[in-house]
Amino acid sequence: MYQYSDFDAAFVASRNAQFRQQVERRIDGSLTEDEFRPLRLMNGLYLQLHAYMLRVAIPYGTLSSAQMRQLAYIAERFDKGYGHFTTRQNIQYNWPRLSDVPDILDALAEVQLHAIQTSGNTIRNVTADHFAGAAADEIADPRPVAELIRQWSTDHPEFQFLPRKFKIAVTGSPNDRAVTKAHDIGLRMVEQNGEPGFEVIVGGGLGRTPMIGKVIREFLPRAELLPYLEAIVSVWNLLGRRDNKYKARIKITVHEHGIDDIRARVEERFALLRTAFNGVDQQILAGIEAQFAAPDFRTAPTDAFDTAYAEDPVFRSWADTNLAPHRADGYAIVQVSLKAQGETPGDASADQMRLLADLAARYGHDELRISHEQNVILPHVHKSDLPAIHAELEAQRLATANIGLISDIIACPGMDYCALATARSIPIAQEIATRFDELKLEHDIGALKIKISGCINACGHHHVGHIGILGLDRAGVENYQITLGGDHTETAALGARTGRGFAADEVIPAIERLVYAYLDLRTDRSETFLETYRRLGADPFKAALYPEKQESRANAA
Amino acid sequence: MSRIFTPKVITANALIEGDVIYLAADDSWTRELTEAEVLTDEAHAQLRLLEAESRQAEVVGAYLADVKPSVTGPEPTHFREEFRRTGPSNYFHGKQAQR
Repeated sequence: MYQYSDFDAAFVASRNAQFRQQVERRIDGSLTEDEFRPLRLMNGLYLQLHAYMLRVAIPYGTLSSAQMRQLAYIAERFDKGYGHFTTRQNIQYNWPRLSDVPDILDALAEVQLHAIQTSGNTIRNVTADHFAGAAADEIADPRPVAELIRQWSTDHPEFQFLPRKFKIAVTGSPNDRAVTKAHDIGLRMVEQNGEPGFEVIVGGGLGRTPMIGKVIREFLPRAELLPYLEAIVSVWNLLGRRDNKYKARIKITVHEHGIDDIRARVEERFALLRTAFNGVDQQILAGIEAQFAAPDFRTAPTDAFDTAYAEDPVFRSWADTNLAPHRADGYAIVQVSLKAQGETPGDASADQMRLLADLAARYGHDELRISHEQNVILPHVHKSDLPAIHAELEAQRLATANIGLISDIIACPGMDYCALATARSIPIAQEIATRFDELKLEHDIGALKIKISGCINACGHHHVGHIGILGLDRAGVENYQITLGGDHTETAALGARTGRGFAADEVIPAIERLVYAYLDLRTDRSETFLETYRRLGADPFKAALYPEKQESRANAA
Repeated sequence: MSRIFTPKVITANALIEGDVIYLAADDSWTRELTEAEVLTDEAHAQLRLLEAESRQAEVVGAYLADVKPSVTGPEPTHFREEFRRTGPSNYFHGKQAQR
């Protein structure tokens, strides 16, 4: 894992010292809120519905056990004993006091974490495949490149006042787990004639105007990444709409100018910039790569796993649902669900965080990952250790076997916490998860992604959910729109709206009708919800959602 | 004819805790909506809001929120204000747990 250089440590320490003074001046009244707001946002501090919220970056989703332990300590010492993992590989503390935030930032710096550029119109935390360095299907580990981008983008003098926020995601695998097509820039590591490089995707994004990203460069040689990124961001920095915040994101710039025009401008700028990069970035990258060397995987028998798998049906169900193939023999990737039915998606208590840290230290080569799907990953676990890990997870209610299933729901904080929300999302997730658990249908239904947002900003990625749910305020009442057919992977697609929205108490019955329709319509168990939807189109699902319409049509006929 | 002015309270977030607070008639800030001063005259409400906004070393983001009177004091008219005075609904914590 990457270790801070002296430069990194000094930079974070000086930013924290500056912010400490800014907080002091706000509290003694010498700064007004209007003066203070941009300063706190630069350091990830929001004011939400009930309290401040501090968003801490987890760069490319990677944590060591010491870092996870410190996150637990902060939750207990300065917050209400829990943290909330987000859809962009951050952790949010929902209840810090303003006067404690400088101490929290210092505590984070002790373990090489920070909240810089987790907010504001800057390049945000760079996200990556949460299976990076472990996945069997991977071409290369995307994290060294993500770290290089972090170093380039942090405090980049040209990019501190962008037209709007800017998000970059990197994947090293053809199976896209980083939602690259819904980012301002998505990078997919590819090879051409044996040479490593990137497919560069630009102009994706969800929110008010959802767009799937477009390929701006099919193959970019690896060494030219930073000048090319700088060319894209600087072209948009000049061109982006500063007159209207709803049209300021690069997806609108690409849409209005056309990808060919943007490509031409970027190439022109790139021709100038590439000469300014004299190779220092590649030296730095080589140094970073050395720090991401794979752990020493051990060779050992997997008898303990095989026995537990054969004899313990609870363990078997968990193993079938929550494990993913690892590139090393005898190893597995463990996905720990933060979606126990009825709990808040993405929340972890300090005790749970400490257990995860202990498991990583004892069994997992000291590595943890946070997924954009709000779960925690132990990326490198030898199969012989899985029965012991499963038993310990059970004791902290972390052994829910539901990864990729109907209760593994992404939900934004919604109106339970967020000042921007127009409706709640967490209680809808809780009710759906609890209902299908009662029906004992979850495993029979199989792969199904439900994603819920509490406003059109779409932090809950509802547009790319197989079933998307969007909470709105309709004349002072919570109302939920349903979209179908979204896809967040390499075959990314935006879901289509089905029709009128549903009142809060109508949503769960509506989802139930959808799911029963799917169970009736699928060819067999191997056909997923999304496949059935793609085969048949929206009509049979709309009929299930709006039975009253069918009735009135029948009556009219 | 101008629109009828509906009753309002002044609400904000406390500077240090970020907690939801309301302006009381005696100029103190209270954590309880039921103790807030109910403003029924538009000109008076605007004046009180200016006074609240000027206390920038105590509060953040003061604004007027609609309420309806009840026997136990003012009640919110919109669900957002209901969550603000109660706390998150996903489980029992926040403001509701501090009473």
